[in-house]
Amino acid sequence: MFASLLGKLNTDALPKDLVTAGGAASMVFALLAIAGFLTYKRRWTWLYREWLTTSDPKKIGVMYIIVALIMLLRGLGDALMMRIQQATSVGAHQGFLDANHFQQVVSAHGTIMIFFVAMGLMFGLINWVVPLQLGSRDIAFPFLNATSFWLFAAGMALINLSLIVGEFSAAGWLAYPPLSELQYSPGVGVDYWIWALQIAGVGSLLSGINFFVTIIKMRAPGMSLMKMPMFCWSVLGTMSLVIFAFPILTATLGMLALDRTIGTHFFTSGGGGNAMMYVNLIWAWGHPEVYILVIPAFGVYSEIVATFSRKPLFGYKSMVGAIWGIVFLSFIVWLHHFFTMGAGADVNAFFGIMTMLISIPTGVKIFNWLFTMYRGRIQLTSPMYWFFGFIMLFTLGGVAGVILAIPPADFQLHNSLFLVAHFHTMIVAGVVFGYMAGLTYWFPKLFGFKLNEKLGKYAAVCWIGGFVLAFTPLYILGLMGATRRMDHYDASLGWQWLFIVAAFGVGLILLGVGFQILQFIVSIVLRDNHRDLTGDPWNGRTLEWSVSSPPPKYNFALIPKADKIDAFWAAKQDKSASKTPEYEDIYLPKNTPFSMIIAGFAFLVGFGITWHIWWLALASFVGIIASIAIRTSDEETEYRIPASEIKKMETAA
Amino acid sequence: MNNREVMEERNEAKTLFGFWTYLMTDCVLFASLFATFAVLRHNTFGGPGGAELFNLPFVLAETLILLTSSFTCGLGMLYANRGFKNISLALFSVTFLLGASFLGLELHEFHKLAIEGNSWRRSGFLSAFFTLVGTHGAHISAGLIWMIVMITRVNLKGLTPRNLQRLKMLSMFWHFLDVVWIFIFSIVYLFGVI
Repeated sequence: MFASLLGKLNTDALPKDLVTAGGAASMVFALLAIAGFLTYKRRWTWLYREWLTTSDPKKIGVMYIIVALIMLLRGLGDALMMRIQQATSVGAHQGFLDANHFQQVVSAHGTIMIFFVAMGLMFGLINWVVPLQLGSRDIAFPFLNATSFWLFAAGMALINLSLIVGEFSAAGWLAYPPLSELQYSPGVGVDYWIWALQIAGVGSLLSGINFFVTIIKMRAPGMSLMKMPMFCWSVLGTMSLVIFAFPILTATLGMLALDRTIGTHFFTSGGGGNAMMYVNLIWAWGHPEVYILVIPAFGVYSEIVATFSRKPLFGYKSMVGAIWGIVFLSFIVWLHHFFTMGAGADVNAFFGIMTMLISIPTGVKIFNWLFTMYRGRIQLTSPMYWFFGFIMLFTLGGVAGVILAIPPADFQLHNSLFLVAHFHTMIVAGVVFGYMAGLTYWFPKLFGFKLNEKLGKYAAVCWIGGFVLAFTPLYILGLMGATRRMDHYDASLGWQWLFIVAAFGVGLILLGVGFQILQFIVSIVLRDNHRDLTGDPWNGRTLEWSVSSPPPKYNFALIPKADKIDAFWAAKQDKSASKTPEYEDIYLPKNTPFSMIIAGFAFLVGFGITWHIWWLALASFVGIIASIAIRTSDEETEYRIPASEIKKMETAA
Repeated sequence: MNNREVMEERNEAKTLFGFWTYLMTDCVLFASLFATFAVLRHNTFGGPGGAELFNLPFVLAETLILLTSSFTCGLGMLYANRGFKNISLALFSVTFLLGASFLGLELHEFHKLAIEGNSWRRSGFLSAFFTLVGTHGAHISAGLIWMIVMITRVNLKGLTPRNLQRLKMLSMFWHFLDVVWIFIFSIVYLFGVI
């Protein structure tokens, strides 16, 4: 009786081998250490009131970024394990991971880096910057936004739990069937993967709607769409992609879950299923997803290059056109991920040509950044270091992409390390560098002090150098025929030295990460030395720099007028005296624990289904519905800050 | 109008727009399921196809019930907009009953198929059928729960601006489900029988 109440869960689920046990133990230890520290400092109430229940997008952004950076460390740990395995597991020497464990590490690395690092950094920066750049006090649906974050956190918790209880998927980051079907993956790994992504994916979808509406409906007076900062344009493009792409992911994961739990035949090898349909569907989401990640990074670069070149962004309209060109094209290229499916020459030719066409709007953007810098007064700040790393590597990676877009070439390169090197160039040099630059750039706005520039530059140089060292060998190995997800190879192939070089590259990246950690510590400890008292530490161009650092919780005491591109820059040039401001009452959303509660139930639904604990899944699902009903019956979700208080706060600053 | 009222009005505009956007994402979700159904509709794996399984007069009855519920929902909304609380509540209750009967009929159809050995486990075609139609049914169920909550709330607190706004969203949702059903009726059932 008791056993059936726990579904498939029993003590066998606890880690048995040394590597997993070590990982699990260090995670549990870290959690206990944090809990102990909070108890010692008596900070639990503070944490609950100021952070866990907040509806303020600035704070939610901070939480996104903290989660993403911690997950970055885990993803890098996975990367290091893979590099060590591949550098040592040659010929007679077996590596320290067995084949199944290696596949789990590969799958976890991909899933975590895309869903919980890149997406987290992206939504974090969007939460920080978009309302401020729009001249808005808040976003469209603050409660929904907090719920999105907590769903993201719930997915993250589920994927990390798989390290301690049970196992993770060994079916790759996209879990292709039939391998991911029950017949070939009978364990709970794929279920963990499905529900972590499903929960986080719903969160992303809700965020997509939220920021889409925010940008369409909540811009400052005078800010027509064609006067928006470029970062907001890039977010609008990305959110449109989220709106169109994420429902496909929800449906696809749902169908795979049905196959595994109630015995449908969508993607099974027997019973009239069609595995290639999964591959089509997952890439119909997956390709746009890549652009979802990179377009806001393009937006970050646009802001940074303009600011640090002391010039308006070159070719504003062509930039906007390029964003929408990429948005449109991203939906008609998905088949290039599987030219080898055998769709025939005509279909492959169409998708190959569409793929190559993407290099045109991307090229437009590259040249626009270069022309923005041309004859500008370039300041070599650390965000610019990231940008220079990006523009060199991304262009090279793009050229590799055009090679892969040629179907006959792809037949050779498909599933090789050449492909792995290509997409890492796009996602590390494109996405991660962009968000690191953005993090450095907007950090003083959110916290009121700058990050240490010198350590930031060291970190950027190590990342860039380490990246080149880690992935150039992979391009070469791919051309030599090395396939991806390979846990062992023959010594006679002569590949080992290249893998060793790549492992050193990861070491250099880790050194860069070390500099970043040091950068955070040094900057926080010595924050009084580099406080930003003006609110405008970089001599910025857009509205977020017009308020104090950190901004008041209502962002703008007076809603600014923005009738020019780079409205704040224009206002700084116009020295005419401003009138005495007239303050008004401001309404802000109250804190609420319901976002966290709903996501907590979602976590339990995922956990329950993963382990077939049906009563738990059902009860938690009812819990979600009840929480929504209770929350929506609360009519007083906002509180008022009276004008007199705002006047006091504004004049004190 | 003071600052608060202006804000309330803007809030309504953006909430309705946001809900529209959500409906579009739901549309994409259904589109994925329709595409899957189109791919798998001939994968019967030796089992029966749509022509053998579907009972068109039965489905037509379902369809008419759902369409009527959309009509009463629309009327209920019109009365709600003019402030007739009781008539509106009565019409939404009728909508609820019609919706519940639709759901009952659908469950009856599912049950009949399952006990005859033609459940979702039988073939790719039936997996796609149950999932597509069942997802619509799950949405209908969500709509019914929402309707109970709204009827209770309007009954207790009247047609406040906030309740009115939520009724608007509910009726948008209900009409949307009606449109999806038209596609299910044509693509799954009518084409299935041909």
